[in-house]
Amino acid sequence: MIPVRKFDAIVVGAGGSGMRAALELARAEFKVAVLSKVFPTRSHTVAAQGGIAAPLANSTEDHWHWHMYDTVKGADYLGDQDAIEYMCRRAVEVVVELEHMGMPFDRLENGKIYQRPFGGHTQHYGSPKMAMRACAAADRTGHAMLHTLYQQNVRANTQFFVEWMALDLVRDSQDGAVIGVTALEMETGELYLLQAKATLLATGGAGRIYWATTNAFINTGDGLGMVARAGLPLEDMEFWQFHPTGVAGAGVLITEGVRGEGGYLLNKNGERFMERYAPNAKDLASRDVVSRAMTTEIKEGRGCGPYADHLLLKLDHLGPEVINLRLPGIREISMKFANADPIRDPIPVVPTVHYQMGGIPTNYMGQVVAPEGSSKEAIVPGLFAAGECSCVSVHGANRLGTNSLLDLVVFGKSSGEQMIKDIHAQPRPHRNLPKDAGEVTRARVARLEAAGSGERVADVLNDLRRSMQAHCGVFRFPEDLVEGVKRVKQIASRAERVFIQDKSKVFNTARVEAMELENLVETAMATAVSAEARKESRGAHARSDFPERDDKNWMKHTLWYKEGDRLDYKPVHLRPLSVETMEPKVRTY
Amino acid sequence: MKLSIYRYDPDKDAKPYMKDYEVALDSHDRMLLDAMVKVKAQDDSLSFRRSCREGVCGSDAMNINGKNGLACITKIAELPEHVTLRPLPGLPVIRDLIVDMTQFFKQYHSIKPYVINNDPPPERERLQSPQEREELNGLYECILCACCSTACPSFWWNPDKFVGPAGLLQAYRFIADTRDQATSERLDNLEDPYRLYRCHTIMNCVDACPKNLNPTRAINKIKELLVKRAV
Repeated sequence: MIPVRKFDAIVVGAGGSGMRAALELARAEFKVAVLSKVFPTRSHTVAAQGGIAAPLANSTEDHWHWHMYDTVKGADYLGDQDAIEYMCRRAVEVVVELEHMGMPFDRLENGKIYQRPFGGHTQHYGSPKMAMRACAAADRTGHAMLHTLYQQNVRANTQFFVEWMALDLVRDSQDGAVIGVTALEMETGELYLLQAKATLLATGGAGRIYWATTNAFINTGDGLGMVARAGLPLEDMEFWQFHPTGVAGAGVLITEGVRGEGGYLLNKNGERFMERYAPNAKDLASRDVVSRAMTTEIKEGRGCGPYADHLLLKLDHLGPEVINLRLPGIREISMKFANADPIRDPIPVVPTVHYQMGGIPTNYMGQVVAPEGSSKEAIVPGLFAAGECSCVSVHGANRLGTNSLLDLVVFGKSSGEQMIKDIHAQPRPHRNLPKDAGEVTRARVARLEAAGSGERVADVLNDLRRSMQAHCGVFRFPEDLVEGVKRVKQIASRAERVFIQDKSKVFNTARVEAMELENLVETAMATAVSAEARKESRGAHARSDFPERDDKNWMKHTLWYKEGDRLDYKPVHLRPLSVETMEPKVRTY
Repeated sequence: MKLSIYRYDPDKDAKPYMKDYEVALDSHDRMLLDAMVKVKAQDDSLSFRRSCREGVCGSDAMNINGKNGLACITKIAELPEHVTLRPLPGLPVIRDLIVDMTQFFKQYHSIKPYVINNDPPPERERLQSPQEREELNGLYECILCACCSTACPSFWWNPDKFVGPAGLLQAYRFIADTRDQATSERLDNLEDPYRLYRCHTIMNCVDACPKNLNPTRAINKIKELLVKRAV
């Protein structure tokens, strides 16, 4: 029997959303366990650069209505408008709170938080005038935010389980309520069952399913795998954001803030080509639009370099002062990874997988919802999700820059608030564990332990990532999508037979990587199957055979189930909380 | 490329040893971490931490040819053909290149690493001029990788008593923040022959910092504030 430990709440993941939720719970003096595969400040939130959106109106007139409009439009009308209104209305509150916590935002002369323009951020419902809405700490906003949240958790005495990997959900056999997780303590190799009255998954995205990605090694979709194995669906997994500016060949992110500060893209003719694709917003159009434009430029032979395989991001005209003050991290990255000092030279860039719009279906209080009986959105008792692993859905088919950090703190906070209510509503002691609790995990670990031969994890993983890159990219072609599904299925069966040489109990990273591979495979399956099925183009999902958005047939969320690769669909929430519905329109920038 | 890597698995090794690896590089392998990932594909028992692979998360600090640094931003082109990798010095080894950082974080926590301001929070942001905010540059960017503290002889001798360069850099980050009201409490907390004054300005920390930060300068500023307070 796996040893059991009991808590009021469990938070899996110590990035922005997990730590924001943990802070809420710790301040309410609950017994919280925060599990993280890495020390909290190593979570991938740390790599966010450009800013966090909030209509503070410190430099330009701004309003949450405009922010909401931009988000709905940016999402290509697939976002749930109640959740989007909720997020935009709480933006000022949560950003001001971060400032009070000590986050080192840059400042304006009048002492207020510095804000910069960003892609798709407009005034007056999409007018050509850009809103300065992205609150920034130089180009290290994620680092500043993550460290601040960690610091506040230190102050609140949050209990961290550092270098613990959550493996599977534990559900009540009667009503399916989630009553905890199984987890691996990496240092000792021991398995534990952690029980709680409320469990939050805040495990981040899974960008490592692609070959070229801005994502960290740890972004392996662990929460997604846990949910899929527990028989719950994943929502809108066909929507992956390709960030326009990853360093060519290295994948490392160059913030959109570069273009917010006045940088722009050039093709091999030295042409500022975005003027042709988005006459108003130009380089500050939505990310899906810019990434498609760049891919088209490269396909049509106007790429740069000896292989015509990238474009150039020019910013030397900003001058050394602006670059050193506002974009110092970019300069550092560019010099390290591209051998280019942006004070003189442009940075070679290429669209690179960056963000997963889909994820674990939730409402705006972080409660996980799934179809049951006549309801398409029945609450799964005890289970919450927030941040990139979740699909609220505020980002719909394409996320706006700086809405990701906002999503983390708004929904991290709202999840924490709802978990507090739920725990208060359960005065009784913890439920009894089902007889077979933890059995699934034990079997997974035992199989790996026993396997004396098989394929190497690294080989299967590399094939998975190459396959996703080739078959499910910026532009999607029907025959590639069909082939992609076939390949990923083959790879999934290979993943069941991987083997590791390392059998040590102590800090066995080979075992961790093998467990991560299973989560990546679930994520990739969900992506490939959902993408193949969606016969339209919307946001980041652009099909050659169905180039138009089809609101009549496809204004709906995809739900993918692991069991039999089954798909289901549910309606988009078109009604906001207090304002009028923002009706779908043709989307131009 | 040849790598000699420190190996130790307490589960099976009586004592640590160095193991040699040969790895074939291609044009995409720019950084030391790329080479290490290739080594791990050959021998999955090699254990090391890594995450962001761009020098912002602080996971992959190690001792590279005798100098502390981050594998992910150490260019292969700038290394000799034969590279020796050891765990960060001065901390207990858990396995291979993975060290136990408990003591390091304990020292970081000991400086109360959070803004203390007991005024009721205003409705909007607290104001801070750009000049006041600039005081935090060179301080807040720390990634807690421990390259500096584990390069510091004073920290090697007294990891339990000396806060170390990383912790002191952060101590000054909060002293320098105009929003913080606890300067005098913070100075009390450091006015101690070990906690602060074990820094003998050896400056290994400055040399080791992969983010080009300067803990020695911050430590001197704390010392100056203590002198000012005394007179």
